[in-house]
Amino acid sequence: MQFAPWPVAAPLVACALLAGLGKKLPAAVADAIALATSTVTVFCCAMLLRSSAEGPLVYWFGGFRPRQGIAVGIDFAVDATGAGLALLGAILVTCALLFSLRYFDKRSNLFQALLLAFLGALCGFALTGDLFDLFVFFELMSASAFGLCAYKERDLGPIQGAVNFAVTNAIGAVLTLSGVALFYGRTGALNFSHLARALGAQHDPLVFAALALTCTGFLVKAAIVPFHFWLADAHAVAPTPACIVFSGVMVEAGIYAVARICGSVVPAAPSGHAFTGVLLGAGVATCLVGAAMCWAQRHLKRLLAFSTISHAGVVMIGVSLLSPEGFTGASLYVLGHGFVKAALFLCAGMLLHRLQSVDELELYGRGRRLPWLGALFAAGGVLLAGAPPTALALGDSALRRALEAHALARWSIVIAAAVTGAAVLRACGRIFLGIGPREPDAPGGGTSDESPETQPAGIPATMWVPALLLLLLAMASGTIPHDPIGRSAALMLDAPGVAARVLEAAPAPQPAPPQEEPLQTVLVHSAETVLAAIALAALALTRKRLPDALRAPLGAIWAPLARVLRALHTGEVGDQVAWLTAGAALLGCAAALS
Amino acid sequence: MIGWLPYAVAVWLLLCGLYGVVTSRHLVHLIICLAVLQSSTYVLLLAIGYKSGAVAPVFVDVPPGTPAVDPIVQALMLTDIVVEATVVALLLALAVQAHERGGSLDPAKLASLRG
Repeated sequence: MQFAPWPVAAPLVACALLAGLGKKLPAAVADAIALATSTVTVFCCAMLLRSSAEGPLVYWFGGFRPRQGIAVGIDFAVDATGAGLALLGAILVTCALLFSLRYFDKRSNLFQALLLAFLGALCGFALTGDLFDLFVFFELMSASAFGLCAYKERDLGPIQGAVNFAVTNAIGAVLTLSGVALFYGRTGALNFSHLARALGAQHDPLVFAALALTCTGFLVKAAIVPFHFWLADAHAVAPTPACIVFSGVMVEAGIYAVARICGSVVPAAPSGHAFTGVLLGAGVATCLVGAAMCWAQRHLKRLLAFSTISHAGVVMIGVSLLSPEGFTGASLYVLGHGFVKAALFLCAGMLLHRLQSVDELELYGRGRRLPWLGALFAAGGVLLAGAPPTALALGDSALRRALEAHALARWSIVIAAAVTGAAVLRACGRIFLGIGPREPDAPGGGTSDESPETQPAGIPATMWVPALLLLLLAMASGTIPHDPIGRSAALMLDAPGVAARVLEAAPAPQPAPPQEEPLQTVLVHSAETVLAAIALAALALTRKRLPDALRAPLGAIWAPLARVLRALHTGEVGDQVAWLTAGAALLGCAAALS
Repeated sequence: MIGWLPYAVAVWLLLCGLYGVVTSRHLVHLIICLAVLQSSTYVLLLAIGYKSGAVAPVFVDVPPGTPAVDPIVQALMLTDIVVEATVVALLLALAVQAHERGGSLDPAKLASLRG
């Protein structure tokens, strides 16, 4: 049986069914359809992952196979990395559906319909082998995400978040489409492999302009500095079940597209080129800005959103190396991060459900009655800082080895893991232990006027189970075999080999995977970041008891930095688009410098 | 004749749209600027597929071998129009909600999350 089309078809059909029948469908039936569909999608993606482990799986729609090396039809070219991303998305959407069962007091079937549309688009995005389809799935994913973000349209916050999200991402999509159009104009090809072959090693300015434009749109989605502003606004206000798919997989999908295009479509962008240099620099900036802003938040969901930005920077650094080691590290990192971050968002959602707030300082000490939730939250924080046994720890280690020649980038990765983990642990200490300074008038993330989505009540099992499941999956992800991931990463950089496979059905190339990091190194690396995170959190919570000689210089460095960064995040859509334009211009200049 | 003109128009529309979105103080105005920005891709796509002296890509009443403009970019453009109209419609719906809830269409007054 061919599994390739099902991860896209099944969710989209179910989405149409749920949206079309609307209120005529009893809630229980709608829930059952949605959950069954996403479970089937998980199964199909898992089967795809299994069968693509030996080499890319090519599926031509309608049987329109290529003639004489020219793609006449549209294909899905499924490699293990893409199938893995689709599987991660399907698992997260299943957890989100489960969590949302008892999360909204007044709920229509539209929320599930939007989540399923998102899932179908994401799977198509991850599996497709056609550049224009990539754009269409990208837009479908965006449109359903805008709807999910603005789901609570009764409050102003979600409207602001959704407007910023939709405007910046729509502009990104326009730039991407312009790039796609230029690629087509240059080569007459839209299929990835056909395009790669037609471009060959041509270094002409038009190709680089097309590359810069195409990547800009995906980098907006990936929330890379200076395109990141929308993410914090959107994640802070979107319903929690939507946040877990946004943070866990949508942002990473943007980076995956960049990796795919720079890796196997435009092999003319070699490592060490000005363009990849800018990508590396943007990754470093994203790590640091995300970490600093994460630390400066008191709104829990916004804190987690900035932590996602910081981690997206880490993944971007890995991808910008354009090496098998970098891609392997990035894949592992995405896998671990997706599960851990989703679990943390669910914890924040449970806090909002139970205590009607996600403000770290408003909740001061009020979590003492919820020790289990506190334990879950703290475990998430420690895992986020890179504690074993998650794939995040493995990815962190692999990236740090791949970056031996880039000291600054290596340090940014450490800082991203330690600071974001510490911010979660600090919030945990304040909320669940009631320790640390109270500072009721501290700034950070604006007011936390997020209206709760439910009446206060106990936490039902439909909320506990997905959060626990995600944490367990995060830990299980540490046992993932290294070599298939490494081989798939190496394959993403082997444009001629993949093109022969797709266009001539040649046997799949079997590149050697990069070397696996020894367990001992992984443990040492994780110990460093976790201890740094715990120390930083302890420092923040015992700040009032520190001697003045230590406290004054720390404050003197941090306060002005935080003020400048906060001032830049105005939350106005015009400013965000101005930054976007500047970033696109920078990327274009870097591409022109070839 | 002046083959570069459509490309110049596409760039011009893109820049106009960007300027409008950045400086706009009214959500509906901002969304229309976004639509202007999006129309730059229509011009770009059509310009790429255009051939001087060629007919429309409908092969019913013409002898075989008649040069026709590229139908693929036209299909891309139609898809693009559908996708982008969806986004604009969604944004206009959000603008209506913003006006109902906040009593203002100024994006600056909407910004409750900052820092």
